[in-house]
Amino acid sequence: MCHCVPLKRFQRTQGLVPTAADGNMATEFHNLQELRHSASLANKVFIQRDYSEGTTCRFQTKFPSELESRIERTLFEDTVKTLNNYYAEAEKIGGQSYLEGCLACSTAYLIFLCMETRYEKVLKKIAKYIQEQNEKIYAPRGLLITDPIERGMRVIEISIYEDRGSSDSSSGSSSVSGSTAR
Amino acid sequence: MMKNCEYQQIDPRALSVSPSSAQNHTEKKVQRSRRKWEVFPGKNRFFCDGRIILARQSGVLPLTLGLIVVTCGLFFAFDCPFLVEHLTVFIPVIGGVLCVFVLISLLRTSFTDPGILPRATPDEAADIEKQIDTSGSSTYRPPPRTKEILINQQVVKLKYCFTCKMFRPPRTSHCSLCDNCVERFDHHCPWVGNCVGKRNYRFFYSFIISLSFLTSFIFGCVITHITLRSQEGKNLVQAIQESPASVVELVICFFSIWSIMGLSGFHTYLVASNLTTNEDIKGSWSSKRCAEDSGNPYSYNSIITNCCATLCGPMPPSLIDRRGFLSFDEAIPAASEMELPRFAAKNDAHMCTQSTKDVLERVVHSFDFHGLCPPGTPKTTPLGLEVSSMAAPSTEHSPSAGCSGQHALQPVAAPCPPFSRSSKRRDSLHSINPAFRLASPSPPLSRTTWILDDATNMGFISLP
Repeated sequence: MCHCVPLKRFQRTQGLVPTAADGNMATEFHNLQELRHSASLANKVFIQRDYSEGTTCRFQTKFPSELESRIERTLFEDTVKTLNNYYAEAEKIGGQSYLEGCLACSTAYLIFLCMETRYEKVLKKIAKYIQEQNEKIYAPRGLLITDPIERGMRVIEISIYEDRGSSDSSSGSSSVSGSTAR
Repeated sequence: MMKNCEYQQIDPRALSVSPSSAQNHTEKKVQRSRRKWEVFPGKNRFFCDGRIILARQSGVLPLTLGLIVVTCGLFFAFDCPFLVEHLTVFIPVIGGVLCVFVLISLLRTSFTDPGILPRATPDEAADIEKQIDTSGSSTYRPPPRTKEILINQQVVKLKYCFTCKMFRPPRTSHCSLCDNCVERFDHHCPWVGNCVGKRNYRFFYSFIISLSFLTSFIFGCVITHITLRSQEGKNLVQAIQESPASVVELVICFFSIWSIMGLSGFHTYLVASNLTTNEDIKGSWSSKRCAEDSGNPYSYNSIITNCCATLCGPMPPSLIDRRGFLSFDEAIPAASEMELPRFAAKNDAHMCTQSTKDVLERVVHSFDFHGLCPPGTPKTTPLGLEVSSMAAPSTEHSPSAGCSGQHALQPVAAPCPPFSRSSKRRDSLHSINPAFRLASPSPPLSRTTWILDDATNMGFISLP
């Protein structure tokens, strides 16, 4: 049922080698796979939607306090702003969207069955961007961003991982203290 | 680098998974994997393996379809031959085009996801609970479970949805018939058997507009038909006797025209002012200020822009991902019906009285539990890794399934059998909520327990 494998041996079988990356956190996590298997989830931060401009998809750029020790503010804000720009591009009401809408209406909306909408194209770009950000910036810091589309476009979920070297009890307590430090 | 070499329980499946083969690996498990629509918590029905979504009660959709098909059939069979002879061949052509358009719009409206919001994941719900609790430190405490935000310099109140465990985005409403939160909720239409929301409003609008044209067209043609017949030296009664089907059509069209045209006019007004039926009925924006035309913060203040934005705007994607595969952690061993009694589903008051300390306790325990359970196999998503990593099976469900304990078709112990080392650990979780009754790894469950907060998702269902 359960196989107990020493961590180092596991890493060797996976062919994972710790690398020195920038940042002062779990620098050995240069691989998302490694992160998943080697670290324990300590906390999750949710970036909520920003409705100040209506119902278009925007996320708040406010820097959450739980991430203060994990990542630089500018990097985080850049990520969220880029995501917001992508979503704005997807939901832009302009010439192209009107054309798409009129074409769809004239074909009794059957064209949606064969054609990918502009929104879907942008969503693919977003997924790629998030994966790239995760690999380059967030995973080396022990963080992981979940694509908002998997959370119903309600939140950007950022998972904070602790190195499994720190004991379970401390990761448990850090999650509690992290949550109360709002 | 590594601080220690700690022995861990590692799932043998996980060892064989590498990032490149993650996709293939999950696809190979098609036989065992189930799709997310199968565990969808709302009251919807799915066909064609999740491609088609319909409300639980199809309402009078068959009647609507029947009326349209019968009327058009009678028209083509009995009126068209006469009119083609006496007038022009374009009459059946126009009729045919309109009929096809109406039927396609109707089917699109009925079978499209109206903009259902997936329910909040347990972690999200717990996070929101914490925020609600800690924000009540000022002297004035707003009523619980509402949040005020500013939209275009106007104050809008967001309500908390007890079923979906989240603050509803603006213009979102919870449909009790479908048991889902729907974005830009207009109304639940029994005639189309589905909610009308953000994603299918344009189909609904084109349906009623084209239906108005169709009914007027048929009405006009039938009147012309009978008039022409009675002009050929016969009186009216004789003409009707020769073509009795026309009377049937007349009656149907006559009654339809009033209602459909009225509805079309009403919805044209709504589209032009960027309102929903829901907002209009509740008077959310109308009576607020007398000085302004409308206090509607979503309006672009231009009829054309409003129309274009509503009808020709970009088509948002479906958020519930019906055809995605559940990750292994959420895979359900026993197939069971989706419609199960949910005792406390309506007990919103119960939700209020739930102690937040319980929530926090459970969240902490669930995080500890994560430590015991390494993640399972990744899902078929680009970032499937992080989902399965947090899916310590006991607490996480895919967002679209939002199974958080309601129709959780998994016995409590099943989530983590290969991982959990000690049932003792599980029991400690269960002891938190006395509503649980854990008998065995695959208990024959005899009742449903609605667990309102899903930080620990222990949902039981009654298996047949």
